[in-house]
Amino acid sequence: MRTKFLPSSLLISIVAVLLSPASLAQVTEYQQEQWLNSPAATSHIGNLTGRAKVAGNPVSGDYRRYCLVCHGELGDGNGESAPWLDPKPRDFTLAIFKCRSTPTGTLPTDEDLFDTIARGLDRSNMPPWNTFTRQERADLVAWIKHFSPRWQTEKPGTPIQIPPEPEVTPERVKAGEDVFNRVQCWKCHGVEGKANGPSASTLQDDLGRPILAYNFAEGGRFKCGTTDADLYRIFMTGLDGTPMPSFADNLKPDEAWDLVFYLRTLQPFPSKAKEIAKQLGLKPVNPNATGP
Amino acid sequence: MTSQYRQKLAALVSALMLIAVGALLLGRNVIAAGEGSITGSVKLSGTPPHMKGIDMSKDPYCVKQNANTPVKMENVIVSSDGGLDNVVLYLSEGLAGAAASAVPSQEPAVDQHNCMYVPHVLAVDVEQKFKVTTSDQTTHNIHPLPAPGSGNIGWNKSQPPGAPPIETSWKAPEAISVKCNIHPWMHGWHVVVKGPYAISDGNGSYTIKNVPPGSYTVTAWQEEYGTQTQKVTVAAGQAAKADFTFKAK
Repeated sequence: MRTKFLPSSLLISIVAVLLSPASLAQVTEYQQEQWLNSPAATSHIGNLTGRAKVAGNPVSGDYRRYCLVCHGELGDGNGESAPWLDPKPRDFTLAIFKCRSTPTGTLPTDEDLFDTIARGLDRSNMPPWNTFTRQERADLVAWIKHFSPRWQTEKPGTPIQIPPEPEVTPERVKAGEDVFNRVQCWKCHGVEGKANGPSASTLQDDLGRPILAYNFAEGGRFKCGTTDADLYRIFMTGLDGTPMPSFADNLKPDEAWDLVFYLRTLQPFPSKAKEIAKQLGLKPVNPNATGP
Repeated sequence: MTSQYRQKLAALVSALMLIAVGALLLGRNVIAAGEGSITGSVKLSGTPPHMKGIDMSKDPYCVKQNANTPVKMENVIVSSDGGLDNVVLYLSEGLAGAAASAVPSQEPAVDQHNCMYVPHVLAVDVEQKFKVTTSDQTTHNIHPLPAPGSGNIGWNKSQPPGAPPIETSWKAPEAISVKCNIHPWMHGWHVVVKGPYAISDGNGSYTIKNVPPGSYTVTAWQEEYGTQTQKVTVAAGQAAKADFTFKAK
């Protein structure tokens, strides 16, 4: 009995030693269990507190029932359905999120995740989960945060400041077109916003998977909210994990609002900016004619 | 009795502190005076791989800027006598606390010039400030992609023509791949190391300066061929030698 027991335990430890270097960079179930008990596995949305654990019991019911099939047991985006989905489900262990109010390279706020769950992500398989109660969503945010080591050591970034929206004027729409051409949004989004810019066909996300630029002319909803302020936030924070960079270092608040108004003229919806553009007879500028 | 003791104790403590401060200052001077260096060359044996030409036709500006000089990939740059360019050399073992944690004050820069990264490989110390600049009249985005769990966090910022430099630093040692999504051929490296480092020049020569006397493991990193190590002992004020040879695949 003894002699039989010893070799098998030895074998197990050898296997464990052999496997350990391979799993170093990966998040393990054991680590996540530790993080579940950490203060980071909570969320604060207004005066609402979300918890990943209540009275010692994990609050995993909603996640297991609705999220796990795509996002996976470990939150690594490798759920059962993941192989058939494009874009791929978010890998929560990386804690890299598109929709943030915080600067590029920082963690989103709890509110950002809370809003994303309810909003869903257009042109992906993530539907709007607005059927959850606010408490359920807050608990889900806490649950999502226990998957990544980043919440153990990092704080969310400071949300960018969005000044009040100014009045749309012909000057602003015109100035917005100049900003569009100066920072060269058309490189990917195309001069008419049809996602057919010269670099559009080669775009890849951070994991090397092909990704599309947003097509303004098609009129789909933005992934991170549909209001003017959402649009402002999208290009100032960038969509982390994708080729869309942050323009915060290169746009003053006024220029950013001008750009918002011009981008609205590229969409098929009626808007004051679009009316103005029509009156002005604003035409897309051929970038190679204006280029130096 | 007790007051006498106190006085003695106070005298002893202040004497010890004086000695400690003196030793610290003296120690610093000794290190500064006795610092050696590690020098050598990095070569590539065998036939260097063919570096593909780059088609920049997606951006007419980039084509125009490189009209007179055909541009090639820069993964492996070899001189006529086999010297390997852009190899990062650093001390992976043997550095004592102070020398390992000292951060150089000089601020290296990587420029986006004619739609290429100059230099192709940027070496920096952990927490050392560096700049990303652009001299191009086309928009770039700078998108470093550190590995998950490396301790570094990626970001993605645009630099339109005339944009101010981005000043930043990295937190942990890692060879970070950097790309521009707008110009998919643009690919470079930020190699973050701890302690003194050097990067080989066009002839494959390098010198790691300011190395305190001691025994070290020198690691040479090349983006295609990985790493090689060598044990080196540096004597006070002397230049130790370490040559590396990578084999072409």
